[in-house]
Amino acid sequence: MKRTRLVLPLAAACLVAAGAPAHADVTVISFGGATQAAQKKAYYDPFAAERGVQVIAGEYNGEMARITAMVQAGNVTWDVVEVESPELVRGCEEGLFEKLDYSKIGKPADFVPEAVTECGIGTFVWSTALAYNADTLKEAPGSWADFWDVARFPGKRGLRKGAKYTLEFALLSDGVAPQDVYRELASPAGVARAFARLDQLKPHIVWWEAGAQPPQLLASGDLVMSSVYNGRIAAARREGRNLQIVWNGSIYDFDYWAIPKGSPNLDQAYQFIEYASRPAPQALMSAEVPYGPTHKAAVATMDPAVAATLPTAPANLVGAFATDTAFWVEYGEDLEQRFNAWAAR
Amino acid sequence: MTTALDSLDAAALSGTPLRRQLRRAERRRTLWLLALIAPLALFVLASFIVPIASLLGRAVDNPEIHHTLPDTVATLGDWSGEGLPDAVAFAALARELAQVKGTPAIAEISKRLNRERPGSRSVVMRTARGLPLAEGADARAALIALDPAWGEAETWRVLERAGRPYTAFYLLAALDRSTDAEGRVVALPPEEAIYLDVLGRTFTMSLVVTLVCLVLGFPLAYRMATLPVRHANTLMILVLLPFWTSVLVRVAAWIVILQNEGLANQFLMWTGLTDTPQRLLFNRFGVYVAMVHILLPFMVLPLYSVMKGIPPVYLRAAVSLGCPPFRSFWKIYFPLTLPGIGAGCLLVFIVCMGYYITPALLGGPGDQMISYFIAFYTNQAVNWGMAAALSAVLLTATLVLYAIYSRYLGGNAAGQVR
Amino acid sequence: MLPPYASLPERLWHHALHGLTGLILLFLVLPILVIIPLSFNADSFLMYPMSGWSLRWYEEVVASPAWRRAIANSLIVSPAATLIAMALGTLAAIGLVRANFRGKALLTAILISPMVVPVVIVAVALYIAFAPLGLTGSYLGLILAHAVLGVPFVVTTVSATLQGFDFNLVRAAASLGAGPLTTFFRVTLPQVAPGVIAGGLFAFATSFDEVVVTLFLASPEQATLPRQMFSGIRENISPAIAAVATILIILSTLMLLTLEGLRRRNERLRGVRPV
Repeated sequence: MKRTRLVLPLAAACLVAAGAPAHADVTVISFGGATQAAQKKAYYDPFAAERGVQVIAGEYNGEMARITAMVQAGNVTWDVVEVESPELVRGCEEGLFEKLDYSKIGKPADFVPEAVTECGIGTFVWSTALAYNADTLKEAPGSWADFWDVARFPGKRGLRKGAKYTLEFALLSDGVAPQDVYRELASPAGVARAFARLDQLKPHIVWWEAGAQPPQLLASGDLVMSSVYNGRIAAARREGRNLQIVWNGSIYDFDYWAIPKGSPNLDQAYQFIEYASRPAPQALMSAEVPYGPTHKAAVATMDPAVAATLPTAPANLVGAFATDTAFWVEYGEDLEQRFNAWAAR
Repeated sequence: MTTALDSLDAAALSGTPLRRQLRRAERRRTLWLLALIAPLALFVLASFIVPIASLLGRAVDNPEIHHTLPDTVATLGDWSGEGLPDAVAFAALARELAQVKGTPAIAEISKRLNRERPGSRSVVMRTARGLPLAEGADARAALIALDPAWGEAETWRVLERAGRPYTAFYLLAALDRSTDAEGRVVALPPEEAIYLDVLGRTFTMSLVVTLVCLVLGFPLAYRMATLPVRHANTLMILVLLPFWTSVLVRVAAWIVILQNEGLANQFLMWTGLTDTPQRLLFNRFGVYVAMVHILLPFMVLPLYSVMKGIPPVYLRAAVSLGCPPFRSFWKIYFPLTLPGIGAGCLLVFIVCMGYYITPALLGGPGDQMISYFIAFYTNQAVNWGMAAALSAVLLTATLVLYAIYSRYLGGNAAGQVR
Repeated sequence: MLPPYASLPERLWHHALHGLTGLILLFLVLPILVIIPLSFNADSFLMYPMSGWSLRWYEEVVASPAWRRAIANSLIVSPAATLIAMALGTLAAIGLVRANFRGKALLTAILISPMVVPVVIVAVALYIAFAPLGLTGSYLGLILAHAVLGVPFVVTTVSATLQGFDFNLVRAAASLGAGPLTTFFRVTLPQVAPGVIAGGLFAFATSFDEVVVTLFLASPEQATLPRQMFSGIRENISPAIAAVATILIILSTLMLLTLEGLRRRNERLRGVRPV
């Protein structure tokens, strides 16, 4: 019977061990997939080696709700999180993020101006663009109008499940000029126009949520074209997939590191952000995934071959434009709500 | 019995009558047994019943405005609802909004108002940016200057309505209903109404999966029931193996099989049924296939246990009396399996209704069942009221079906299934 | 099986049934078998035909901190949750089978209810209830949640075993001077052990395969094996997933065979012989 008697103390020991407070690792949440793999190589591993602080990597798809719920409940388990610019501004207004103490990160003047904000420091410039599988499409598409042209380009298309970017692309496909997109979307008629355009394409759309999905779906032939995060395409090409990017009509934006308010490992979070904002790791990151660095020194020392693949390379900027952060801060919530009701039908 | 006990009582040597002794012993025994149950009962109460009850409570709870803007809500209590409220209300609102500016509370308020009336979020945030007001400023003029919406009675009516401690808003919304300005229940406009659709879809999908499971499960169970036990046991292991295999393993397997260049498409193209790969994944078809695969054992097991209990002589007797085999199967055997069919179908249906993982990983947005929306409102939209209201709908449907199941078909799910 | 005097339609029907059930069994088992070879794929695609054999994906799983942590987490959470469910569930089952009191049916229904309530509702309810207590993103919260989900299986299987248990044995032990604890550990428990173990296996399997509650309650630090698989399937379905799946299939086969062994042992003890 000795064994049986051991069970209860053992269970108790398990519980005690499980309830023990977390040690000083740092939990970093990013958008997963190839980007996360690059971040691991450029930031997480060398940072752990230098500071002796382990990085626990997690991924999400930009749902602010996770952060809102954690902060509201006062039980924050994320220490550093990668966020897109409208979410950063909104979250900052709502008190979801720590106001950054730049003395712990670096000189603001060392970074490109857009990267320095109250609650987040820019980590890279990325772009949402049209990509296609050149092995399955005989003719190369050149614009979002082609994306909507199911007669000329038969097959399924992928779009990110959400209003942001989807509505812009719908308007672009309908002949709205890039500089007019946000003005148009700010009016009820423009929103109706975008949704009407999406209605036409709806039967042909496959929605993706994680950035890693579209390159796989393109490679497997499940999709002929998709909106993609440009960095993921480069990663897939390295694996021998013949995926091509159309920069015309692409939308670029900054991603930021932010610290959810009430992070239990604030010091480690700052240490991590400081490390990840140095020029050398940023350059390493850009070499892994073609996202533009934000530290001026990293921009300056960029290998020209790498620089040409970035969203900010002059050739790639033709027909491209920046996300209107103010627009999405203002209208994002309503448009996402409407989009979800529309998509679920 | 009574007389026997009475005589025993009389004969009892101790001062206490035996009957009372027995009763006391019985009571002590019951208490001792209750003490054995108590730890689990308390555990389930604390970490299951109470959380579920409080979740359901959130379906009518309306705390955001009520808690964060108590003075404003109080002053609006006296307001007639016609014209603008008095200056006290404006001042209270300006003061209380300034207090929560830059905290998550302001996000809660603006989200709550936005649900009642789209566009309210911008009004609140824009107003908060201009706060606090200068000392001695006229709150009414200042607020209207910050956002003209404060000059409209409707804005205040929305605030008053959202400020009540309880609301039917979420439960109504879960049924695609809302209240109009006069408090009547009205249907939501079609572009906002989705939940009746979703509920219908949940039922349809569960029904389809249940029927397919029955069609596939019946012959399999029949064959197992007619085999010698040793062979039946081998088949049983084949049925149970997928049952014990992780749902995620099976989902991954189906992705591998059903993807564009997967085995299913290779097979279809090899047979010449199609020249181009068919789309089998991220649509209703993929969800059905995987769900049937996961739920088929739930159908086979109760069917098998009922069929095992039907003596084969019945069928032989019917045949020997001259009834043709198919007719005797239909007239004699099939009716006897009805309890098994009922149990299996209800069980599969109940489990189906709560499905989340499989449609989430294998379906498109149009293939998501009600569980997906519960998760969506919890994790992505942080609208716990809506999550709670949809939970209430799903839970009611499940419990009603389960009550039917245990009332008419006996036993509990575990006993039947596993 | 088929009598020699069977008519032609009967024969046809018989063979059709054989073919049909064969296909249905194939449908049940094939998907699980298909994924195993792919875990030994030499390249990074989850597709047939395979380009060659290698163990690189197993190496990747073993070398990856995320998968290693997931395995470790599952090995912390599931056994702990199982132990709680087994301990509390066994005691309660003994009480429930022997006691007679008003409201017993209701109490039983409540104790079984975690099995009936859709798991998403459980997940959301626990998420909202646990967050203010600091139990989200903690091992303790996850263990408690998994234990609640496992409890009904222990209660039902142990109750079923106890139906065949002769409680005169307990009385006999007591009359011979054994205390309640001694009686429990030396008389009752050995007799109901198969039921307790079977219930524990169900509870373990429930926890070990649980992903919905984990999705809501766990932070990346507590990500369990199914949780890691979920993000793997969502993010990047590589042969590493197939490797983990293969390991899980082996594990579930072992659990199934253990259970089958227990069942056969039980039948042997009761003198029921397979025909």
